[in-house]
Amino acid sequence: MRIAAEHDRPFVARGSGTGLAGGATPVGRPVVIVTTHLTRVLSVDPVDRVAWVEPGVLNLDLSRAVRHYGLSYAPDPSSQAACTIGGNVATNAGGPHCLASGVTSAHVLAIDVVLADGSVARLGGLLPDQPGYDLRGCFVGSEGTMGIATGIAVRLTPDPPAVRTMLLDFAAIDDAAATVSGIIAAGIVPAALEMMDAAITRVVEDFCGAGYPRDAAAVLLVEVDGLEAGVAADVRTIEEVARAHGARGVRTAADEAERALLWKGRKSAFGAIARIAPDYYLHDAVVPRTRLVEVLRRIVDVCAAEQIPVMNVFHAGDGNLHPLLAFDAREPGIWERVKRVGDEILRTCIEAGGVLSGEHGIGLEKRDAMPLVFGPDDLDVQARLRDAFDPAGRANPDKVLPRGSRCGEVGRVPEGAWI
Amino acid sequence: MPDVIAAEEAVAEAVARADRVDPQGSGTHREVGGPPPVDAVAVRAPAGIVAYDPADLTVCVGAGTTVRDLQAELATAGQECALDPRDDRATVGGTLATGLSGLRRLRVGPLRDQVLEVRFATAEGRLVRGGGPTVKNVTGYDLPRLLVGSLGTLGVLTRVILRCRPLPAVAWWGSTDASPTDVRAACFRPSAILSDGDATTVLLEGHGDDVDAQARAAGLVACEPPALPSGQHCGRIAAPPSTLTALGAALDELGVRWLAEHGVGTVHVATDEEEQLARARGAAHAVGGWLLREAGAPNLDGHGVPLPNHALAERVRVAFDPTGKLAPGRLPLGRAAGAVA
Repeated sequence: MRIAAEHDRPFVARGSGTGLAGGATPVGRPVVIVTTHLTRVLSVDPVDRVAWVEPGVLNLDLSRAVRHYGLSYAPDPSSQAACTIGGNVATNAGGPHCLASGVTSAHVLAIDVVLADGSVARLGGLLPDQPGYDLRGCFVGSEGTMGIATGIAVRLTPDPPAVRTMLLDFAAIDDAAATVSGIIAAGIVPAALEMMDAAITRVVEDFCGAGYPRDAAAVLLVEVDGLEAGVAADVRTIEEVARAHGARGVRTAADEAERALLWKGRKSAFGAIARIAPDYYLHDAVVPRTRLVEVLRRIVDVCAAEQIPVMNVFHAGDGNLHPLLAFDAREPGIWERVKRVGDEILRTCIEAGGVLSGEHGIGLEKRDAMPLVFGPDDLDVQARLRDAFDPAGRANPDKVLPRGSRCGEVGRVPEGAWI
Repeated sequence: MPDVIAAEEAVAEAVARADRVDPQGSGTHREVGGPPPVDAVAVRAPAGIVAYDPADLTVCVGAGTTVRDLQAELATAGQECALDPRDDRATVGGTLATGLSGLRRLRVGPLRDQVLEVRFATAEGRLVRGGGPTVKNVTGYDLPRLLVGSLGTLGVLTRVILRCRPLPAVAWWGSTDASPTDVRAACFRPSAILSDGDATTVLLEGHGDDVDAQARAAGLVACEPPALPSGQHCGRIAAPPSTLTALGAALDELGVRWLAEHGVGTVHVATDEEEQLARARGAAHAVGGWLLREAGAPNLDGHGVPLPNHALAERVRVAFDPTGKLAPGRLPLGRAAGAVA
């Protein structure tokens, strides 16, 4: 970083490169700083439930390293076997189990960073509070625009004594969405609450035989955890809510093997798409839970109009949609259609009171959509905050904030946003 | 709610016109940290629930709403916000700006995790929004977390969207002579494990049968909710969680009343003599922690330590408030930094 500073060169940090918003994509000729060789778990404190790791440690490797203490690292993105903790910090990554436990920022206590000028700092710490600003919270999710993490202290979560995983089978997608609202309204925040529509359910079932009903219009995968009595009561309530909303079937995994199989189906969904089309474009947007039904309907209509097959597999419990557009990039004119559909989906979500991204980040992909949710004054403050961390503007330039964010900066049509 | 929106604009205009601004809530936490600025224009955020749909588990409120009023509204739908100020007459905005987490932090997480969206008046008098209305969001930088604990120095909070949670079926306090460490090993996700050196007091929340089973496993006997230590001079220590036993012994030695949050590292302290609070601060520093003045102790420095990463923190403040007009002196920044004891 010091060498990059001496030569006044921009830089981009890169972990495993699993990011979906292009945050680690080099634009122009930046120095690319790869963290994948920094793979040590530096220390584990099972009493205070804290681990220090290097940024290149893979998400799943961290949970494996602490499993024998009865602990895990809670955020579990679908790419957890391949993505790095450093990348998770950069994007404030989520995952199915973040519904109850919160996304990455709630699990990161301290970050050793190298700032753009080559100086080092520890943001946050192991004390419960520090005087002044939560610079740690600021850095998490900043997508490499505020510096590079070289060490991360994460909070570890004790394994729950009781876990139940349920598969709910619906003949109509509206019923599944209404069940999501019903579960929350009943006062239950499950550990995970995932929805898959008819198309993806069939694809996944063909791919790995997870035991999903091939003829369902939608399935919900619900996991509750905690203590035995509370978990049993939640399972009963969820079954009642589901039946009241027309669920055809309610199945609770009988053992760990069945539970693992149900999750395998969910987590291999994106890989399974290869059976349908060679390419896919995965979206990430969040809407208020109460608007799920209408937004899903609109997404189906938009895709039908452009004749793009769409599949929905997403974190229904927190309204985090992941419409997946399947296509063949060799087809002439397909990129334009996919982009039109993507833009329309984003607009739909914003109009429903949603946001641009729940867990993938803004990166390059959504940079130029930022003005859909933020006004000029909002963007100006974000730009000033970024400049406070990186006055020379060398940390992952051209990401997150569109050109013209700073007040007085000359706006112009940005380039290279579409990847 | 047009009233709240109109009032927000009035706040922004007042901030724009003033040379020095003193954001105020109910005044329940006025003595936390650095002293409030003198010769400053007081500004107050509007009160009122702007939007609340229980099925979304979020609520939008004017920052001037008291926590008591907010919780009363949420309770009608069987929900709450995990704000937990020591005095619920505090406003939502004041609670967030002060940034002090409540006694249930072990279970619900720090205060900053409860905020989804902030709207605030900038030093120039613009109304700016950060974060977003949904429970999950990575759209842009995390301004909500940055503003929590900023003591009004980055902007005047006018409206916020908070995360709600279902009220637990049962909330039960029990106590035991067993050590906090043993209790923590015996309980799953307790809401609080408090110790004053004599008794360990535990808050269990959840299904009634689970609470009973946990209480039996940990040998807990029902008790009243513990009171924070009281005295003319109060503070809170942030210490490494593993040092609480040693720190408690040192505070006993000094004759300081204390209540420690086990597994968190926060220790609430109170004394009747200002000198003693200064000595408690010394004990905190000795274990690698620090003490924030919360009430009384007018001669004690508010924080007693410089801000970590002072130069970066100063650049952040200047980015938000170039002339240093917002709540000057509340954080040890700028000129005030040189005066830190």
